[in-house]
Amino acid sequence: MKPFTYERVETPAQAAAAAGKPGAKFLAGGTNLLDLMKLQIETPTHLIDIGRIGLDRIQPTIDGGLRIGAMVRNTDLAADERVRADYAILSRALLAGASGQLRNKATTAGNLLQRTRCPYFYDTNQPCNKRSPGSGCSAIAGFSRQLAVIGCSDTCIATHPSDMAVAMMALDAIVETVKPDGKTRQIPISEFYWLPGKTPHLETTLEKNELITAVVLPAPVGGIHVYHKVRDRASYAFALVSVGAILFKDGSGKIAVGGVAPKPWRNTSAEKLIRSGAKEFTSKLMEGARPTGENAFKLTLVERTIDGTLKENRS
Amino acid sequence: MKFETPAGINPIDQLKVVGKPADRIEGPLKTTGSARYAYEYHGEVTNAAYGYILGSAISKGSITRIDQSVAKAAPGVLAIVTAENAGPLQTGKFYVSRFLAGPQIDHYHQAVAVVVAETFEQARYAASLLKVGYKKSKGSFDLEALKDSAQQPAPSQFGPPPQTLTGDFEGAFKTAQVTLDEIYTTPDQAHAMMEPHATIAKWEGDKLTCWCSIQQMNWGVRDLANILGIPKENVRLIASYIGGGFGGKGTVLADLVAASLAARAVGRPVKLALQRPLMFNNTIHRPKTIQRIRIGADRDGRITAIGHESWSGNLPGGRTEPATASTRLLYAGANRLTRLKLAVLDLAEGNAMRSPGEAPGMMALEIAMDEMAEKLNIDPVAFRIKNDTQEDPEKPGRKFSTRKLIECLQTGAEKFGWEKRQTKPGSIQEGQWLIGMGVASAIRGAPIAKSAARVRLDKSGSITVETDMTDIGTGSYTIIGQTAAEMMGVGLDQVTVRIGDSSFPESPGSGGQWGAASSTSGVYAACVKLREAVANQLGLDVEKAQFSDGKVSADDRSFALGDAAKSGDLIAQDEITYGELSKEFAQTTFGAHFVEVAVHAYTFEIRVRRMVAVCHAGRILNPKTARSQVIGAMTMGVGAALMEEMVVDKNVGFFVNHDLAGYEVPVHADIPYQEVVLLEDIDPTMSPMKAQGIGELGLCGVAAAIANAVYNATGVRVRDYPVTLDKILKNKV
Repeated sequence: MKPFTYERVETPAQAAAAAGKPGAKFLAGGTNLLDLMKLQIETPTHLIDIGRIGLDRIQPTIDGGLRIGAMVRNTDLAADERVRADYAILSRALLAGASGQLRNKATTAGNLLQRTRCPYFYDTNQPCNKRSPGSGCSAIAGFSRQLAVIGCSDTCIATHPSDMAVAMMALDAIVETVKPDGKTRQIPISEFYWLPGKTPHLETTLEKNELITAVVLPAPVGGIHVYHKVRDRASYAFALVSVGAILFKDGSGKIAVGGVAPKPWRNTSAEKLIRSGAKEFTSKLMEGARPTGENAFKLTLVERTIDGTLKENRS
Repeated sequence: MKFETPAGINPIDQLKVVGKPADRIEGPLKTTGSARYAYEYHGEVTNAAYGYILGSAISKGSITRIDQSVAKAAPGVLAIVTAENAGPLQTGKFYVSRFLAGPQIDHYHQAVAVVVAETFEQARYAASLLKVGYKKSKGSFDLEALKDSAQQPAPSQFGPPPQTLTGDFEGAFKTAQVTLDEIYTTPDQAHAMMEPHATIAKWEGDKLTCWCSIQQMNWGVRDLANILGIPKENVRLIASYIGGGFGGKGTVLADLVAASLAARAVGRPVKLALQRPLMFNNTIHRPKTIQRIRIGADRDGRITAIGHESWSGNLPGGRTEPATASTRLLYAGANRLTRLKLAVLDLAEGNAMRSPGEAPGMMALEIAMDEMAEKLNIDPVAFRIKNDTQEDPEKPGRKFSTRKLIECLQTGAEKFGWEKRQTKPGSIQEGQWLIGMGVASAIRGAPIAKSAARVRLDKSGSITVETDMTDIGTGSYTIIGQTAAEMMGVGLDQVTVRIGDSSFPESPGSGGQWGAASSTSGVYAACVKLREAVANQLGLDVEKAQFSDGKVSADDRSFALGDAAKSGDLIAQDEITYGELSKEFAQTTFGAHFVEVAVHAYTFEIRVRRMVAVCHAGRILNPKTARSQVIGAMTMGVGAALMEEMVVDKNVGFFVNHDLAGYEVPVHADIPYQEVVLLEDIDPTMSPMKAQGIGELGLCGVAAAIANAVYNATGVRVRDYPVTLDKILKNKV
């Protein structure tokens, strides 16, 4: 771990002010950042601990939705009665992720900001365009069973690991931020993540040291909420494929997919085809996929997981 | 004491303490976090510096230079040890790994340098500042590609001969009425124990003491002395508690060597733990196998020919994974062949992991038996029973000391409800889940080795036992205490057990499923001597003396046991050695595994729903710790069946998924209800304890029973472990 300086701030304003320091990064739950610092994959020279900044409440919005503070822990969010009643997909996705200990530490904003994952990203001896731009990608011709099949590029096939973000995508959540100059903005989750393209080290549309303050859920939409996470072991594993679905009585729905792309994958125009069945919907959703030999099975798996989900919840 | 003829009645047969499900005597220390592991001897070592190993960034080649200038100037750095300044180093006698690279690099993450600093963080950071120049050379990483050029290895001290031939296998297989000829593969597997390899090394003059985490003290002393070129007498190893081993801490690995060298370099104690990635690519693992199994039978289901060939790879001079071992003894058949082949690979060393040879061998053989039963249209349990043998099939006339495979299979079938299994795959569905059931036999050798112990009686009637046996989470403390308590006629609470110190009398340690039977027999021998000393001291006839309830009595005279030590502690030491009984009899443990799985009809996710194991392993010294061993092994079998694989990147030449996020082992949610039945028995040919090991038996066959259950659920036969959903998908869609 590279030596760094540390400060703790008490308010969002102090955080914004501190963010101007060179090499600074925000520290929230630390479940991803500290791991990466120990491996010298992340090398901030200054940490701003926002653990006591507040932003830890879930409040109703005037539109009938919920504003989830950036620092609300994953455990608390999953257990919130309003979330369980009206946004069950979110609660189910959260509980499918990580472990109890990690969910106790992990925050709402931090969960969105997990680095996309790839085993070669975690081994500093190996070339990786995400860790070291221009050095090459070891994964495309290497071990890629877990990695992305769509939205990826010739430079990077790392996968977004979050379950929560898949639910947020299906729920059309909005990310609220404050910049170091105090200006705020609202970013729809569908515009929050970059695809890797030629710049896989850039993962989100946040500007430097822009701080997430909340994630806003629109008013409840009803429907049946499902989160099916497919993995080799029953818990504490990243998804091979996950399907977050909100299904309505009229046969329509909102479906986002995890484990297949550098971001939670959703295509609202494909959702018109949900009524036609899993095959038609999935072929549109996964149009343009570019799997490796090792992970091509994910395309079939996405279709079958969606098929099983639709059949189980419509019978 | 030399054990040469089968044991008669002896004090152990009273079973007042032995055979009882006593709680672990060290349990409260562990549950309160006060049992101390290798890295935690803060009292004994107050001024330790910290060592950190930099692993090689390449897989094969050489080091051209190491620029230390920046690293040396980093805060807190005390020394940097490399092959240049470490002095001559040999290898140990069990592992072939070289523990410090240079100039040659033998495999990925081989230690290139050891950085020593005042704090762990300083050492780790300074290691990242070393600039190492490498020259890469072409390595071999692909066992499949090397299979045809693999050689027959030299005979090994452990495992079966490289080739065994009985009758005319090829002829009988060719003419058999029903035949099977299939290839199975098992992947490289990691021990993935919780506690990393760790050492605190301290020199006092030329004497070296290491608090460490290894399973066999005697091998450890031998190997560390040999590697460093110092006399064995100058080495003392201490491992009071070990946070899991599974064979991955048999003897000296890089942490012991690096800490010893580093401590010598800085002139003060050094503590060093292997970072998790190094546990995968720097230490040892269970190597991948490719296995070909051929079985021929007559239409009635009697095996006439059975052949098992296995290919594995290793560093030059390394061991062969002896996957053919079980096939020599498990089933009848007049015509037999087993053959091992070994290729040279430039991956980290392959070596012992829980039930070496037998675990991967049974993963293949017991799928083959399931396939054969289907071809013959015989129930898989009935097929196995039909081919039971009561004598060594390679040496007709040589009996098993005890063999109750049939009873294991029948008991298990009844407990499990095997009659509900449907022969036709895919017959049972509950909601979106397909249900399947599978069975496998279990077999594991029951080796036993010489073992010594020292016992002391004090005037309060308390007993202290000392032996260098280790407890790797298995229950050694408790069964050793139970043995001494039974022999001396006291309660378990009157016995203090001190183990895991090489200055104590020598045992064979924990490995090969020999630890429990061997170490308790050594304690038995020492206690026989102590009983004599007590009787002599009190003027009693030892032949008549009864040791019971803290008293010793004979001829109407009775004393408190402690009276014999009134004028000073009584100390006795002995070693048990063995005659020829293990040659006369095939000494082997047996079992049967039954598993029910659910496989998702759409995604083919596999979840184990029920497991039943029946084990036959001589006298069970403690049913609670024995059961814990078996359920732990069954859990390990779930990992082997469904998820565990160290993935080789054949371009770079290393195990890619070198952490616990990438190398998945079962979590609680994967493990369902597990039932263990321990058949009551004794094996008097083993030792006066009449016990056998059980810790490895529980693993043998589990994975195949799961693979067979997956077939029963889906109709897809996966012969390449782990059995994952993509392999089913490929065959179904």
